[in-house]
Amino acid sequence: MYKILHKETLSEVNKLMVIAAPEVARKARAGQFVIVRIDEHGERIPLTIADYDREAGTITIIFQEVGKTTMHLGTLEPGDELATFTGPLGNPTEIENYGTVVCVGGGVGIAPIYPIARALKEAGNTVISIIGARTRELLFWEDEMRALSDELIVCTDDGSYGRKALVTEPLRELLEQRDGGIARVWAIGPAIMMKFCAATTEPFNVPTIVSLNTIMIDGTGMCGGCRVQLTDGARFVCADGPEFDAHQVDWDLLLARQRFYLEEEKQALERWQHRCQLEVG
Amino acid sequence: MAELTNRERLHIPRQTMPAQGPLVRRTNFDEVALGFTAELARQEAERCVQCAKPHCVEGCPVGVLIPQFIRALREGDMEDAVRAMKEKNNLPAICGRVCPQETQCEVRCVLAKKGEPVAIGRLERFVGDYELAQRTCPLECSEKTGRRVAIIGSGPAGVTCAVDLGRQGHQVTIFESLHASGGVLVYGIPEFRLPKSVVHAEIDYAVECLGIKVHPDAVIGRLHTIDELLDVNGQGFDAVFLGTGAGLPLFMRIPGINYSGVVSANEFLTRVNLMKGYRFPEYDTPVKVGQRVAVIGAGNVAMDSARCSLRLQALRAQETGEEPGEVHIVYRRSRVEVPARAEEVHHAEEEGVIFDFLTNPVEIYGDEKGSVCGMRCIRMELGEPDESGRRRPIPIQGSEFDMDVDMVVMALGTRPNPLVFNDAGGLERTKWGTVVADQETGRTTKPRVWAGGDVVTGAATVISAMGAGKSAAADIDRFLRGEVNPW
Repeated sequence: MYKILHKETLSEVNKLMVIAAPEVARKARAGQFVIVRIDEHGERIPLTIADYDREAGTITIIFQEVGKTTMHLGTLEPGDELATFTGPLGNPTEIENYGTVVCVGGGVGIAPIYPIARALKEAGNTVISIIGARTRELLFWEDEMRALSDELIVCTDDGSYGRKALVTEPLRELLEQRDGGIARVWAIGPAIMMKFCAATTEPFNVPTIVSLNTIMIDGTGMCGGCRVQLTDGARFVCADGPEFDAHQVDWDLLLARQRFYLEEEKQALERWQHRCQLEVG
Repeated sequence: MAELTNRERLHIPRQTMPAQGPLVRRTNFDEVALGFTAELARQEAERCVQCAKPHCVEGCPVGVLIPQFIRALREGDMEDAVRAMKEKNNLPAICGRVCPQETQCEVRCVLAKKGEPVAIGRLERFVGDYELAQRTCPLECSEKTGRRVAIIGSGPAGVTCAVDLGRQGHQVTIFESLHASGGVLVYGIPEFRLPKSVVHAEIDYAVECLGIKVHPDAVIGRLHTIDELLDVNGQGFDAVFLGTGAGLPLFMRIPGINYSGVVSANEFLTRVNLMKGYRFPEYDTPVKVGQRVAVIGAGNVAMDSARCSLRLQALRAQETGEEPGEVHIVYRRSRVEVPARAEEVHHAEEEGVIFDFLTNPVEIYGDEKGSVCGMRCIRMELGEPDESGRRRPIPIQGSEFDMDVDMVVMALGTRPNPLVFNDAGGLERTKWGTVVADQETGRTTKPRVWAGGDVVTGAATVISAMGAGKSAAADIDRFLRGEVNPW
């Protein structure tokens, strides 16, 4: 069992938790993820590692409450325990000194982009970060991102904070302004955002890395549920990824595969909400 | 009761094990075979003629003392039966259910020459189940040696190896990547063939008796590497046994393979078995089943997938009142070459699985949502035998046709998962990704590392993995006692 040590509400739907997992923390690196299962009836879901503290033996996760499991997770409090916390899984980000890099974090994707941006900065890169969300309420870690970035651009879809823009707009401007000066782009967020970031950088021929968050069970290459189609064949996100060359990903197939259990997810959520209401009543 | 003569024993018919009928069982996930009653078990035990040279034992990969345990059974001494069983087999309730006895012990039974062999497997199960309920004969360990062994994987090979080493007084830790112990016994083999409560009870019992540590959620290759396990400044184990099985699913290389609704048998069975998807939404993990399912392949895993599909369809039909649907096994060779156990094929047919032999998929069609909406197949014919000794399937030109399916389960076999080999220098592997290991001892090319089970042989049977775990344990024990040093 893995104890929840600390919890923060970043916004109405985004929560942060610090989990006691000394062995995982000892090995965790930027770009990797964990598989979490709440209890004996729970499903296994992948969550990207937002931060780790080797000395304290902790892993920080940030999740957006979108379905039954993440909402249930959000109701847990410090002292509660998780049944499963497996990791670190997936391959770490390939950190090198590339020159000037852009790190784009959209919505809850700000969490996984943070340790990558930090590692890139530590490796000597000039880091320009773009963080964005639908609305001000959903933004978090602006200060943290600003502290490690040479430049930070904040935007919201509705203009309630920062610049009123999708993250792809400042991204395109940077690529245009610094003609050839951007060595590499990381983009992490909802699949649709990553798809458009890929489309934005492709004409500029700038290598672009995305971190995919697909449906998976074991996280070790056993089920193959996470497979993604690249231009040169299929890959398993858990074992071969989670980071891939954004320009090679078949985004439409990826989006379709993510929707496969939509009906069941809705059913599970309704059942959960109904149970919560009964408990409150 | 007076001792029977052998002639009298030969006249006792093989006892039938009570089982759920096909029409009932295809609507639930409960165990199909219900087990012998005490009376049936005694009757069956009376059939054994106690050969002086028992050939049945030679056929058993772990050498179970078959005549001894059956004799104790027929004398009504259950504790003695359990003791005889546990001399060689620590997991009888599991083996009694999943071993292919018809090709191992029972095929060699002297009674099989003239009629039906003694139902050794069913008797083994009876003894195993009795012991799980009564716990008359807890495993004991010899004097502690202070030596430490890491077992990677808690499937049949790993658990067998762990238990044998634990009995020898070594301190054993099992590292399991999933949250539950049992490996393929819990994620692969369905509840209706092997109830998970039996697997958990049997493993827990052995582990508790011997003080074996089990570390779930430990993905070796990521959390620790084999080198770290062996390093005195790392985890400091004296020896490592690799029993990680063959868990990497193979997919066909045909167009449309990544549409939603094309799943590996591993994924499908893991959702159903390990995650209890058939009880969704009581359990959180969903599992989808099509109205028209095609399972590609004809091994035991294919049969399990097909039979799980039938049950899920039946459960859905009970809820919606609609027709349950159809499940097809699509196999490129003919009935003769089917690799699954005859009993599994028979069960699948009884339950209503449709077999399409000499048929091979060439393309999967997807709809505008990216979901499976059909499958193009080609008819096959058999040519000359290939390197496997089976007749090679050859496509018949121009015989393509479309199958109306909305789900495709790929059950084409599996390979060892390479993840565990991160940072395991010197561990030689074959071009199929299996570990090179000595057949007798399980020694690998890397000092202090042994391997056994599917990670060495490729996908095979539970009992052959147990046999490999057992012989490796014997060699590891000799090594730890300083009797041999193979490297």
